[in-house]
Amino acid sequence: MAFDYDKWIRPGKLPHIWCPGCGHGIVMKGLIRAMETLNLKKEETAVVSGIGCASRLPGYIDCCTLHTAHGRAAAFATGVKMAKPEMNVILVGGDGDGTAIGGNHFIHACRRNIDMTYIIMNNYIYGMTGGQFSPCTPTGHKASTTPYGNPDPGFDIAKLAIGAGATFVARGTAFHANQIDKLIVEAIQHKGFSVVEILDDCPTTYGRRNKYKSVIEMMNRLKEVAVPVKAAEKMTAEQLQGKVLTGVLYKEEVKPEYTAEYAKVIERAKASK
Amino acid sequence: MSRYELRFSGAGGQGLITAGIIMAKAASIYEGKQAVQSQSYGPEARGGASKSEVIISDGPIDYPKATTVDALLAMTQEACDKYTHDLKDGGILLVDSDLVTKLPKGNYKIISFPIINTAKNDVGREIVANIVALGAMVALTGQVSRENAEKAVLSSVPEAFIELNRKAFSIGFEKAMAASA
Amino acid sequence: MSKKVAFLQGNEAAAHGALYAGCDFFGGYPITPSTEVAEVMSVELPKVGGKFIQMEDEIGAMAAILGASLAGAKVLTSTSGPGLSLKQELIGYGCIAEIPCVIYNVMRGGPSTGMPTGPSQSDVMCAKWGTHGDHPAICLTPASVQETYEEVIRAFNLSEKYRTPVMVMPDEIIAHMRERIVFPEKGELEVVPRKSPTVSPEQYKPYDTSFGDVPPLAAFGSGYKFHVTGLNKMQDGFPTTKAEIVQAEEERQVRKVDANVDDIVTFEEYMLDDADVVVVAYGSTSRSARYAVNVAREQGIKAGMFRIKTFWPFPDKQIKALAGRVKGIVIPEMNLGMCSLELERCAQGKVPVLGIFRVDGEPINPDQILEKIKEVK
Repeated sequence: MAFDYDKWIRPGKLPHIWCPGCGHGIVMKGLIRAMETLNLKKEETAVVSGIGCASRLPGYIDCCTLHTAHGRAAAFATGVKMAKPEMNVILVGGDGDGTAIGGNHFIHACRRNIDMTYIIMNNYIYGMTGGQFSPCTPTGHKASTTPYGNPDPGFDIAKLAIGAGATFVARGTAFHANQIDKLIVEAIQHKGFSVVEILDDCPTTYGRRNKYKSVIEMMNRLKEVAVPVKAAEKMTAEQLQGKVLTGVLYKEEVKPEYTAEYAKVIERAKASK
Repeated sequence: MSRYELRFSGAGGQGLITAGIIMAKAASIYEGKQAVQSQSYGPEARGGASKSEVIISDGPIDYPKATTVDALLAMTQEACDKYTHDLKDGGILLVDSDLVTKLPKGNYKIISFPIINTAKNDVGREIVANIVALGAMVALTGQVSRENAEKAVLSSVPEAFIELNRKAFSIGFEKAMAASA
Repeated sequence: MSKKVAFLQGNEAAAHGALYAGCDFFGGYPITPSTEVAEVMSVELPKVGGKFIQMEDEIGAMAAILGASLAGAKVLTSTSGPGLSLKQELIGYGCIAEIPCVIYNVMRGGPSTGMPTGPSQSDVMCAKWGTHGDHPAICLTPASVQETYEEVIRAFNLSEKYRTPVMVMPDEIIAHMRERIVFPEKGELEVVPRKSPTVSPEQYKPYDTSFGDVPPLAAFGSGYKFHVTGLNKMQDGFPTTKAEIVQAEEERQVRKVDANVDDIVTFEEYMLDDADVVVVAYGSTSRSARYAVNVAREQGIKAGMFRIKTFWPFPDKQIKALAGRVKGIVIPEMNLGMCSLELERCAQGKVPVLGIFRVDGEPINPDQILEKIKEVK
């Protein structure tokens, strides 16, 4: 039987705003499958986003949804989670929203290890505003504001998350659709701040400026660069040149989770009265 | 309406803001008067010039800052130089005699004794110099009773330091009475 | 039984007022001269099961309280000038998404870092015009420690009643000075609860105007699911660009406050009955003004004071009436003429508006005001 996505899509809210060939819809379907697999309750689940194409995702999903201001998803979500620790809190957004304007909130959510899952759709570009370079645009690539090639070095979102203290970090791609829900399921199940970076494509504002002839070519690139962490173990540094590791990149279960730690603060405060 | 203005001044870290707070608390919580305490300080947590002002009145206090000061405590030369200008004619000036050597000209009732050294040698801890000074200010100004001021002191310090502060307050009070006799 | 009394700073009183109002979430970032609020909340909130979080920056603090409010909490943040500037975008978010919250902003010298420990009243315009776009604005300017306590409670009430951010803006003098405060008993002061939905989750719409201009707000995690956005939205919370809906919703958001000015605006009239000269003042400056008015009266000058307690919405009606019967208005304020502009607007040229503007970090003293009172002929 085919999977029933409609159960999780708000009636009357489709079609979505995403361009033909954009991978955000693939990620949304992965998220929906994950939510269904985990049997999440809609009323007990909040999907929170910032601003940008990817951040429009919450509008389509039938649960508690919060489309905040540019870059602020993690900070709003922290408020939701602290006030209602029993809720499942999932953040979605793009690379510019999450690592540029929202970079500070991102690293501090990682540091606190607050039990939320952040799905970052990294398409290397600010799509909604027409294709300006983001902190994830590769050096030398073209964007509407890097007409002579991007002079900036880019972020490695996964390394940034690990360095900042996130306790579950995974990476997938929009090409590897069947892996997305599995990574998200594991991320949501993880007690702590989990980050799932999905390498994505933006044919409209990134592909055409960087000589990708078609969406298929962009998807093929995702297929070619992705190397599962297990497979990478058997490869030489030379073979890994230009490749991107996918799968669960980092996981640890020692660091305390933030809302649980705050519950202890409450206990200590009440005892001190 | 009676309006009595006190200023506690010195260097940041000397505890003068605390002394001002306790004086105001004594007046407003224990003496049944009204009091307002305010302060101003620089960016330094320690050092720099610091002042704490207390207005005591029988009725409501509108302007919360000093207009003409009735009694001034100066714990450093810098504070004495800086904050004497609006001390009223005949006003009380209490200084630490070791630290304030150049006294201002003017018709003031000047009382001086080695406040910090009293704390160090007679009480045993330099850290309570502000309470020694407070005891002296209470004695000199007569705005709150000795009993009420002591209550305010003891309700403002950690339990482990109650005896130390009681002693500091008492010695300060006595020294000022002796010095102004 | 006698009531509990304490000798507190304005900032400490603000925190205790918030607790009385049922605040159970505080998000903040350290900034002089408001930090005492955060310190007290960090001690007291967990004792009652509430949550305190120190966020990574001012914007994050504002975001966290909005998120927590949507999850059903009564929320507070405290800040000062530079932090208020940083929070402005999200204050606008709170206005358009109609999220109750209280922003306690201590006015220090500015712009920028300015004078962190010096008093000022130069954020009052920022309270209304700081964020972009048309939006409602409520701003309270207390003048004593006791009033700071009470006005924070009123701010929570107004924010719940009108489903909008409310600001409390003491100047640094009020925030840091200490006075005796008498705590009200539980139940003595009104505490307004959030208007919760009466319809089933299936029927619920977060901006359902069939319930009036202030629709009930459900909480995330309470059995209701809905969408919230900073985009112009329809009654069901989803974005729209339909001209007639956007126009109607924008007008409703502003009308929530404009149509209820008499419920929101508070002021004090002091010796105004026969006054020839009125000193209009707010915050700590009103204390200097009262002193000056008393001295003027002793000298036979018919002076009075109109004390603004609610700065926004501005007491237009009252000032217009005053302008029709006095010879002059004196406005002392610790800025270069902000309230003064509003007074000139209300006076409509009928009487002179004489300003005393001070931005040197020193309070305006009674003598300055007395001198200006005497200039009114």
